[in-house]
Parts: sequence; structure tokens; C-alpha cells
Amino acid sequence: MSMASTDRVGVEEALRLQFEIEQLYAREAHLLDERRFEQWLDLFADDFMFRVPIAQNVAFNALEEEYLEDALAISWIHDDKPTMAKRVEQIRTGVHWAEEPLSRTVHLVSNVLIDVVESDDDGPLELDVKSGVLSYRHRLTDQEDTVVGRRHDRLRRIDDVWLISGRTLYISQTVYLGSSFSHFI
Amino acid sequence: MESEQIRELVDIPNGVASRSIFVDEELYRQELKQIFGRGWLMVGHESQVPEPDDFMLSRMGEESVILTRDRQGELHVLLNSCRHRGMKVCRFDKGNTRLFTCPYHAWSYTTDGSLVERAGDLFGVPGWKTHYHEALDKKEWGLISVAQMRNYKGTIWATWDIDAPPLEEYLGSFKLWLDSALNSRSGEEGGSTVLVGVQKWRVKCNWKFAPTNFIGDAAHAVSHKSVNLANISPSGSGRRDQRAKGHYAFGWPDLGHGGLGFTPRPEEEWEQGSVFGRFPEVSEYFREVFEKRKVERAGETHYQGKGTIFPNTSFHEDQPRTIIVHHPNGPEETEFWRYYLVDADAPEFVKDTLRHYFMTYSGPGGMTEQDDLENWLYASDASKGMIARQFPYNYQQGLGYSEPFDGYPGSVWCGYRETEQNQLIFLKRWSEFMQGWNWDELMHRSTHPDYVPFPLKAGENVEEVR
Ligand code: FES
Ligand SMILES: [Fe+2]
Repeated sequence: MSMASTDRVGVEEALRLQFEIEQLYAREAHLLDERRFEQWLDLFADDFMFRVPIAQNVAFNALEEEYLEDALAISWIHDDKPTMAKRVEQIRTGVHWAEEPLSRTVHLVSNVLIDVVESDDDGPLELDVKSGVLSYRHRLTDQEDTVVGRRHDRLRRIDDVWLISGRTLYISQTVYLGSSFSHFI
Repeated sequence: MESEQIRELVDIPNGVASRSIFVDEELYRQELKQIFGRGWLMVGHESQVPEPDDFMLSRMGEESVILTRDRQGELHVLLNSCRHRGMKVCRFDKGNTRLFTCPYHAWSYTTDGSLVERAGDLFGVPGWKTHYHEALDKKEWGLISVAQMRNYKGTIWATWDIDAPPLEEYLGSFKLWLDSALNSRSGEEGGSTVLVGVQKWRVKCNWKFAPTNFIGDAAHAVSHKSVNLANISPSGSGRRDQRAKGHYAFGWPDLGHGGLGFTPRPEEEWEQGSVFGRFPEVSEYFREVFEKRKVERAGETHYQGKGTIFPNTSFHEDQPRTIIVHHPNGPEETEFWRYYLVDADAPEFVKDTLRHYFMTYSGPGGMTEQDDLENWLYASDASKGMIARQFPYNYQQGLGYSEPFDGYPGSVWCGYRETEQNQLIFLKRWSEFMQGWNWDELMHRSTHPDYVPFPLKAGENVEEVR
């Protein structure tokens, strides 16, 4: 069961946690935008899964079907960590034309809301973190797109380091308008 | 553009075609009528509307259409535009209803056969008695329906043209390859379904880049060099597992379809090879399925291939097994819809492994497809300048080396993969539709005066191809 961090850990601890996690997200954004992809991969647990479910327009009384999250549903992206590493490897070949020359990206992360899922004597062990992300890219001369989404992360503390162990990104577009997800959104 | 001018755009004997075909606004408008108003277009899959009153939105060319199943279980494809003043009567991508009520002035249409004669008929009109004085004939003002619809092994196809030949005739023997995608791996008729979720995305490229690529462009390997180096295949080497031997380009010059596929052979001789090596359980599953297939289909012929059905549907029969529809969205934009196929009775772990592989290969997140999209986008972009558009595209690879191939009636091949005969075949068909040929002429029941035979190797008779 999750609960608001202040209920569980007190204000001081909650502030410290908020600071740590926001720093982590800022670091992640900078690693991506500075194309330090190999270091970016280190932020994720080995069993990390990244899913970007497809959204559909549905009626007000069927909103639970808006995003396709069934186990066997097709997503925009559904990667494990080794697949993400393949994407990095592909970009580094220098002949991945959709990313050669590389897109210029800027990731903005905000609205960070933390729920502590599990703690031990040393403090929180597992977190559910919601955030908002704006992922902008420009490539070549006039190709520009913005993906905006709500992000649900699971974070785990291992050896006093927070690792991202799961991520679902709910993007707003039903028809994706940006040609391809050759960049990391 | 007049048909004499259109005829000059594709020069079949010389293997060149005008760039205006890919950039011109006026030609694009004509395509919507001559090609998308007449050809067979894929609308969806029956599994997307399994229950009575289920519906989903789809497209046919630029038109928004509703694919729906009525209370009686019949499927219908209806134009999603109110007959009163044009409003979309449905703006949900999917749902369940038998009554489509227009949000503008509340005309309502129903698919319920117990209420109206024809699915999509006008049912309710506010003020029908008091203000229309019962003079409005509701039967005249129902939603527009497609002229013909066909459920082919679960895939739903439609055309606006009542005179179009049946889908099977339109496909010719190219149908054997569509079957190889839609039949189950064990060789049973049908047996496939689509995974839930269609990837829909837009790219600033002319819609014809995709079908002429998927029709069998074996020369674009350099596009995919990076993904080959990254080894995303289920075997861990290259971008897909090793193929069986005997893989060539085949095209159907009189129908406009074509692709890359295998020479027909006895089922017993079909070598699937070891696949999915990184996933031993999946690998074992496929080994068993293909063993079973050999036994059950002994004595039959194995046909297999992938490619493009004229005008805008392409499919892969294997690795990744998928169907893509290239919806025109203006001369400089395409909206792609990608569906992914699996055997309906495959175990969940097999479906899940396939699903992950499909998503890393195809679609906007696909490590292979991304590089194709990039090439189509910037080829379109660099072709539209007033100088650039004056110079034709080149399709001369293998020109004059095509021969009839008896194993697939109506087809030609060069005996190798790296030929652009199929792209020319597509453009030949494009030209015939655009010149406004009637269906007798298009299906070669009669010969149009401007018929141009497809160039074959010296000594080969074109009549044999038919
Ligand atoms: S536009 Fe539909 S009721 Fe008027
Ligand atoms: Fe390709």
C-alpha cells in the first residue's frame, strides 16, 4: 500500500526525499540532453521495464480503456533494459539515419509527487513517483516535435542509491505526430 | 491533369517516373478519387469489433469511416460524416453502440436491423413531425455505406466502387502470400488475429514511398545497417533470424502487387530453420508447429512472401508478422496504421515474445522502421523544389530482365532479389488507375488503347504473363 510521503516519514524526511528524487530526474534529463546515453542507462535497475501505452479516444464512461495496458497489448514502446542498451548501441554506430545527425533534445521534468511504498530502518526502500515530462526535440533544419506525458515510475533503493525500476509514460497523442521515436522521450 | 499528360509521367520501357507523382497537389487530389475511390482498401480486423454493437474508427484514404458490427452480427463500414451538415457522428476510436447521434443537430443513425432496413439508416430527426412535416425521407438520408466489403480471414476490406471486382480477383495469385501472413503457422486456413492496439503515426512523406518500398526494395540494405549491427533479432544476430533459401522479388504486372517471397515448394521441403534462439521455449514451440505443419500439409505446396497490395496495404508474413496501411494525408504527409499478427491459439509467452520483438522492429519506435521513415521523409522533402521536381526517379535496376514465373500465375521475376521491376509494376498500375481506365480494362478483360506491356527479357511473350 502506498501513502503520502509526509504521512509515512515526516516533513523533514519527505523534503530530503523530494530533493533526492528531483535531483535524480534533473540528472537524468541532463544525461539524455548531453547525449551521455551510456551513463543514463546506469540509472535503471537490471529488471527495468519501460512502457509507453497507446491512447485511444473513448467515451466518458469507458475512460479506464483510454490507455491500452493489457499484458499483450501493443504499445508505442515496451523495452527492457537490454533493448534500451541496443538503442544506444544503434545510435553509436553512426549510421542510424533517423538519429544521424543526432536530434537536439531538451527534457523538462516537473510535478514530482512521491509515495513511499516500502521502508526499512534506514528509511524508504521503494517509491512510486509521478511526474510530468515535456520532451522537446529538434532535428536537421525544420523538424520539431514535442511529446508531453504523465510519467509513473517505480524507484528502488539499492546500496543507498536510487535506481529506476519501472516506468510507464502516458503520452497525450493518439496519433503520434513526430515521425518516429528515434530519440529517447 | 488530362490522361495524356498522366500517361507521360511513368515511362515503363525506360524505367523512369516523374517526381511530380510524389509531390504534385493536383495529382494527389486525383489519386483520392481514381485510386482511393476505387481500389480495395484495408479497414481493420474483425477481432477489433468482436461483440454486437462494437465499433471502431478507421480510415479509407482521407475519409473517416466506422467499422461496426450490428446486433445481428453483420459487419458494416460507414462513412463517418453526418448527412445533414457533415459533422463526424463518431469521435471515439472505439466503443459499443447501435445509435450514432450527431453532436451538431442530433440526427441519429442506427445499425439495428430491427429498427431500420439498412444499417446506418437515419432513425431519429428532431422535429421530424413538427418542423419537417414528415416530408424528410429518412431512407434517403442514412449514413453512406461502402459499395463492397469483404472479410478475408479476419481482415476487413472495402471499396467505394460497386464495379470493383471481388477482392480475390483483385488480388490474383498474390493472394497466396497474403494467406501466408493470415494462415496459422501450422498451415491452417486463417487462424491469425491482431494484437490489441494499432500504432498510428504521421510522417511528412508522400504515401507512395512506403508501398513502393514494401513491394520489394532489396537494394535498401544500407538503410538498416545500424540495426543489423545492433543485433536485435530473436537469434541475436542481425535484425531478423536466418531466412529459408530461395528468396526473390516477384511482381504482378497486370495487378500492381508484388513483394519478396519464396519459390513454391512441397511443404515437406520447407526449411524454417532455427528461429528465436535467444528464447528457447519459443524456439521449441515453433519447431513443434513446423513439424506438425510438415505432416499435416504433406503433398501440398508451400507459398510464402510479403509485399504490397495495390494501392496502400503492405504486409510481412514473418519476422515481424504485421500489416501496415499507408493512409494519404495530403501530398506531403502519410498516416501509417500498423497492426501486428499472431496465431490466435499461440501460448501467451509466445505472443509476448513476438510482441516485444515486433515493437523493437516496426512502428515509430521500431529500430528498423525508423530509418525507413527518415529516408521517405527527406526523399519527399528534397523532391518538391521547382528544380528538383523536373528530374525523374530511376527504376532501371533489372530492367528488361523480368520473365514470367509459372509458379505464381500472372507474376514475373528476374531470378534474383535486387530488381526494381516491382516498383515499376506499382507505378504502371498507378498510371492505369489515374488515367481513369474502367474495370474491364483494369482487369484486362478488354485492352485499353494505351496499354503498355511490361518490358520482359527479349523473347518472352507478355501474353504468357496473364
Ligand atoms: S450536422 Fe449532424 S445533425 Fe446537423
Ligand atoms: Fe526497410
